[in-house]
Amino acid sequence: MLAKRIIPCLDVTAGRVVKGVSFVELRDAGDPVEIAKRYDDQGADELTFLDITASSDDRSIIFHIIEKVAEQVFIPLTVGGGVREVQDVRNLLNAGADKVSINTSAVVNPQLVADASARYGSQCIVVAIDAKQVAPGKWEVFTHGGRKATGLDTVEWARKMQSLGAGEILLTSMDQDGQKRGFDLALTRAVTDALEIPVIASGGVGNLQHLADGVKLGGADAVLAASIFHFGEYTVQQAKQFMAQQGIEVRL
Amino acid sequence: MTDVAIVDYGMGNLRSVYQAVRKVAPDLSVQVTDKAAAIAAASRVIFPGQGAMPDCMHEMDARGLRQAVLDAAHNKPFLGICIGLQMLFEHSTEGNVPGLGVLPGKVVRFASELNDGQGNKLKVPHMGWNEVHHAQHVIWSGIDQNARFYFVHSYYVQPRDTGIVQATSDYPQPFVCAVARDNLFAVQFHPEKSAAAGLQLLQNFINWNPV
Repeated sequence: MLAKRIIPCLDVTAGRVVKGVSFVELRDAGDPVEIAKRYDDQGADELTFLDITASSDDRSIIFHIIEKVAEQVFIPLTVGGGVREVQDVRNLLNAGADKVSINTSAVVNPQLVADASARYGSQCIVVAIDAKQVAPGKWEVFTHGGRKATGLDTVEWARKMQSLGAGEILLTSMDQDGQKRGFDLALTRAVTDALEIPVIASGGVGNLQHLADGVKLGGADAVLAASIFHFGEYTVQQAKQFMAQQGIEVRL
Repeated sequence: MTDVAIVDYGMGNLRSVYQAVRKVAPDLSVQVTDKAAAIAAASRVIFPGQGAMPDCMHEMDARGLRQAVLDAAHNKPFLGICIGLQMLFEHSTEGNVPGLGVLPGKVVRFASELNDGQGNKLKVPHMGWNEVHHAQHVIWSGIDQNARFYFVHSYYVQPRDTGIVQATSDYPQPFVCAVARDNLFAVQFHPEKSAAAGLQLLQNFINWNPV
């Protein structure tokens, strides 16, 4: 049967992988191409690159990185950050991305999700949602790297993105991100139960039990983590073995 | 003369297919092409595809590639991938369009509200790494039984002639994920994105000399 996926996430700025805590306080984690190869060797199921470059001058760096990774790594690559129009989707796919992740621009211009999925297929359009709890059982969508509230309800927004043609949802809890206390499981469960398309849980992984909980308790189809892999606490292989011991189907 | 032609009809991204073939066959000439003459001249042909089948059929015809693809499917080593598998059949329920009709059978969608029998919803598209139960064929050489390959699709093929089935996978019911006939092999998963197992399959295709 289908395996649950483990997806290391590489936040990239100015050609380096960095990791923040709750979207701030960046720490250098190394060269993106080397890190990508290492995770591929460890058995990562996919890789996600988020271009968090603030300056538009540095935008082209991510294309070179993706080109280099795509020559050497033969697993699906997702790239997000700064995608504003269909042409941006096209450029990233041409550089070697298999999927493109759209976040702020999906809120600013939902038609982009419809247009991009109609043109390139749902399979390559991921909508990333940054969610923050505002009441018990209620989460609001934030954009612009978590700085701007939208007033949108996360579950409703995820449903809308599915109907417009998103092939997958990358769901990040802003409350948990970088805290190493585990995913927001209630958020993950609420979104995954509401959708037909796969949901990737993100934000807050501090140990291997958190990954397993995302699948078993949150119902996630895939789990994404950054710092536990970047700083050598665990390998992807260790994460998979741990999940397999908990009865979760993984690709070993 | 091109050793390997990758058919480009404007749907989706063929760079990863190209990169993977280059990786396993660095000494061969590999060309991504939308020209019928280039497909006709190539020693072997890869027929990939992404997106919706009606669009794929339309774009292929808009480029005048139908006859070249049909010829290749009948007379040289030919590898269909994903929609490139589905397009070989007679009909798809996606948009209710006819396919190329090279193989008898149809393309149907996974049912909605699937579950794994333990209360967990199975999502559509079927996306990720699934086990492939394969038959005996030189294309499977060096690939473990139940090796995992990367899939992303909502439709799957139902061949009328079960004799062409080369592999199945489970979601949760068995579905056909590879077929073969004479010089033709076609898979639902993406070998170009399936790590070592996928590269092995591509290598086997490059080395394949069907009689």
